[in-house]
Amino acid sequence: MSFVNKKKAEGALPKKNPLSFQLNLSKFNKASDEAKAQQVIERESVTFFKDGMRRLWKNKVAVTCAFILLFIILAIIFIPMFYPYAYDQQLGLSVGKTDYSYANLEPFEYGTTELERIENGEQIFPHIFGTDKDGRDYFIRVVYGTRVSLGVGLFASIIVLIIGTLYGSIAGYFGGKVDLIMMRIVDIIYSLPDMLMIILFSVVLKTVINPAPGTLLYKLGSGMISIFIVFALLYWVSMARLIRGQILTIKQQEYVLTAKAMGASPARIIRKHLIPNCISVMVISTALQIPNAIFTESFLSYLGLGVSMPMPSLGSLAAQAREGIYSYAYQLVFPAVTICLIVLSLNLLGDGLRDAFDPKQKK
Amino acid sequence: MDKKFLYYLIKRVLLAIVTIFLVVTITFFTMQAIPGGPFLSEKSPSKETMAALEAKYGLDKSMGEQYLTYLKDVATLNFGPSIKFRGQQVMDLILEGFAVSAKIGLIAAVIALVFGMVFGSIAAVFHDKLVDRIIMVLSTAFVAMPSFLIATLLLLIFAVNLKWFPTNGSQAGGLVLPIISLALYPMSYTIRLTRSSMLDVLGQDYIRTAKAKGVRPSKVLFKHALKNAVTPVITYAGPMIAFILTGSLVVEEIFAVHGLGSFFVSSIINRDYPMVMGTTIFLAVIVIIMMLISDVLYKLVDPRVDLS
Repeated sequence: MSFVNKKKAEGALPKKNPLSFQLNLSKFNKASDEAKAQQVIERESVTFFKDGMRRLWKNKVAVTCAFILLFIILAIIFIPMFYPYAYDQQLGLSVGKTDYSYANLEPFEYGTTELERIENGEQIFPHIFGTDKDGRDYFIRVVYGTRVSLGVGLFASIIVLIIGTLYGSIAGYFGGKVDLIMMRIVDIIYSLPDMLMIILFSVVLKTVINPAPGTLLYKLGSGMISIFIVFALLYWVSMARLIRGQILTIKQQEYVLTAKAMGASPARIIRKHLIPNCISVMVISTALQIPNAIFTESFLSYLGLGVSMPMPSLGSLAAQAREGIYSYAYQLVFPAVTICLIVLSLNLLGDGLRDAFDPKQKK
Repeated sequence: MDKKFLYYLIKRVLLAIVTIFLVVTITFFTMQAIPGGPFLSEKSPSKETMAALEAKYGLDKSMGEQYLTYLKDVATLNFGPSIKFRGQQVMDLILEGFAVSAKIGLIAAVIALVFGMVFGSIAAVFHDKLVDRIIMVLSTAFVAMPSFLIATLLLLIFAVNLKWFPTNGSQAGGLVLPIISLALYPMSYTIRLTRSSMLDVLGQDYIRTAKAKGVRPSKVLFKHALKNAVTPVITYAGPMIAFILTGSLVVEEIFAVHGLGSFFVSSIINRDYPMVMGTTIFLAVIVIIMMLISDVLYKLVDPRVDLS
């Protein structure tokens, strides 16, 4: 029926009910085309994300760092696919005997049998970074080490992000006694000396946990598991504090009140209203958390509590390089430069993200 | 000292006590989780000897009883004998090592704070000038380097290649490099902290007022600005001590300094569990007390800080 009414109404004005307070439509003129043209949206509206990205794009340092990181990530994903040597392949080792000419080769040097093969006209892929003391190609070891370090950093940060966000948003949303108790727990955990706890757990877990052979965790070693456990137990507290602080301010906003009045459940409000508004804080502090995890991992590997041999990490590579520092200093330089490059890029990118996405710093 | 501050102080001290208790408890139960008793070494003793040994060290008692004895031992700072260094008490070893580590750590901390605040203030005063840029680039770079890397690189450059300093910490001048490698990271962090809070303070109205009424620039800087800008640095002092202490674990190992850190590392490698346990608790208590002091000082120095 309404369809018919609409058809009739076109052109002619609808009849006014004398009792209603409706405006008298006959007093209005129809908009001309010119007037309509003024209402056309010339530029797309800028979303929060786009606005932030535009600001980030202008920050040359942050963009450079993002590209460096992208390059490193692509390299560690794709290089092992076609690289002719494996990270645990001892080149001098053949059946029954060991060729020591392969140990500690300098960059672009070859072992004796390789030199013979080159003289016979064969093409041998060069050892770009040389080899280590066991005759393993050092370049692929640095690539794998970066893989492990970056992977551990990322994974540990995601654990921190999930636990911290859940805990912080629950404490912040419910407030009152719940908040008080939850935050006391956070205070206590926060004042635990984390590095000492990690070392303690690693020492113990190394003897307790025995992952099944063949799995990824077996290759990485129990030290990595203890890092994840400790991150899950201890490191989430600063994230939880941050999220709670955000939630406390956001929950005063009108739209949260509206959602409550409309009968939305706390879980829905946290999920749909509170967390999306904390996203930028979460991303920024995760970006700044990764270097922290990489530091911890390399520190532990340096102490011999991190990844288990022969899997390398940047920390364990640096530790091994120290043993031969008098003769093969370059073996230290490669992992050291890689760690610094990753951590520096992540720090600067994190700073850039904060400048771009933190509305408080908007100029 | 008003009532609010006293309340905060009590709360903070209680928190520290709970934390110490937690560390002690965690240490006990993680150590319990290690499979195999302490007497399972090269040759396993007979059943009778085993029982006698267990009775002697109280290992035949229940877990709860052992825990209580352990708590009593920790309270009296008795961690028992070391396994690696036969016949020596863990506590004696710790104190012996700490005397060395504390010296290095303290010098590193003072260097980090003094130079950090000086360079941070310089960077803030010459904001966006070349000096500021150089200081910021360097401090950003140093923050991206773990202390063990700084230590190894310093060893490589100044001890191995240039031979300016000995590689061994026990020789004359041997402590210079370990101190520098411990101080660089906290110094860079302090620089960044001081710079940003100094920039904040320099934009305040009272600085403009002071300048307008003709106070000498040096006085404005030191009396009005720096005094207000150092409060964030105080809160960093606690975590910094923690960083230097844990950092010294590897730095001492690298430079062969016979401090607590190298004891700790070698006890990890040798599975000297009483030593690991004792050192963990000892260092943890120091870190927790330092955090407590820096937190309380912060509230004491800056009355604007909300105590609730």
